[in-house]
Amino acid sequence: MSADTLAAIAAMSLATIATRFAGLIVPAGFARRGRLEAAFEAMPVAVLAAIIAPTVLATGWPETAAALITLIVAWRSPLIAVVVAGVASAAALRALAPML
Amino acid sequence: MEIARRPRVTFVQAWPRSIAHMGAVQSTRASAGPLMPDRPTGKSPHEPTAFADFRDGVVATLPAMAAATPFAFLLGALATDKGLSTLETGLMSALVFAGSAQFIVLDTWQSPAPWLLVGLVTFVVNFRHVFMSASVLRHMGSFSPGARCAALLFLADENWAFAEARAARGRLTVAYYAGLSGFFYLNWVVSTVAGAYVGRLIRDPRAWGFDFAFIAIFIGLIVGFRSRPGFVVTVTASAGTATLVHLIQPGPLSIALGAAAGVLAAAIAAGPAGARR
Repeated sequence: MSADTLAAIAAMSLATIATRFAGLIVPAGFARRGRLEAAFEAMPVAVLAAIIAPTVLATGWPETAAALITLIVAWRSPLIAVVVAGVASAAALRALAPML
Repeated sequence: MEIARRPRVTFVQAWPRSIAHMGAVQSTRASAGPLMPDRPTGKSPHEPTAFADFRDGVVATLPAMAAATPFAFLLGALATDKGLSTLETGLMSALVFAGSAQFIVLDTWQSPAPWLLVGLVTFVVNFRHVFMSASVLRHMGSFSPGARCAALLFLADENWAFAEARAARGRLTVAYYAGLSGFFYLNWVVSTVAGAYVGRLIRDPRAWGFDFAFIAIFIGLIVGFRSRPGFVVTVTASAGTATLVHLIQPGPLSIALGAAAGVLAAAIAAGPAGARR
């Protein structure tokens, strides 16, 4: 166990906890109406879309096509089917890509 | 060595967008319906028991757990390659519990580790938690202050996303959140430690499409929110901005700026009166 490594892990841990606790400084009852409420309501979709967008739109056509297939499946099917469709189509299209 | 080299760009690219999970399969499905009750509406006559809620949470997170395991193995192998002991590897997963940050830091690991730089990088990579915690706290009205803090300590993309999906269709309880987080956390820590021993067996989880499990989970969850006002505007602004930023400067900045753009666009589109349906 080296002291430098422990210090680095502690710094990582504290930095992460700081971001996880940041929401606590928003007062309770804040953003119950108007534009602010709309902003908070949009947060899950905004964060999730930002997480996946670079992979889906800027990696390559197999990822984009697999995401499209996943999206279509997601419209009607339960999540487990969505995951299976996503993994299977990504694996298949990636395997196919170098042959084209 | 080969493992550390080959997928280098790969983990960093696959990971940050990978870590989220979803709530129970059923609940996510249900959230595709009318998303109404965003606020706790008090007890219904069919209030589920705490155990049922906990179990639903565990079931919801199973696919995310399965998808995270190969990455945890790989992370353990990477940490070993970089000279971390098994104990240090386990400690990092237990205390940080944030896959994208762990991959990025270990990928550029130097010995002796520069703690300040490592802390700053982690803060930037994990900045999205600021949005996530602010948002999920609105649904933790039934949590005690202690439970709220404990819940935030375990906040990761996956359990957060499932918690939001659950809250969108009903009530988020402590038991459900604990079900989402407990085994997912343990699995992450145990699998990284296991990876320190057997991670070399895993080559590239991307080749098998494992990274896409997270993408698919997130797509499914996003679609579940589709009846929210401003949905299209939010997705377009967020995804467009994130992609643009990624093309200019690949890295965690794309998530923070994309999310901010999506939230801003939703606020503008709502108008001063808000978007109450």
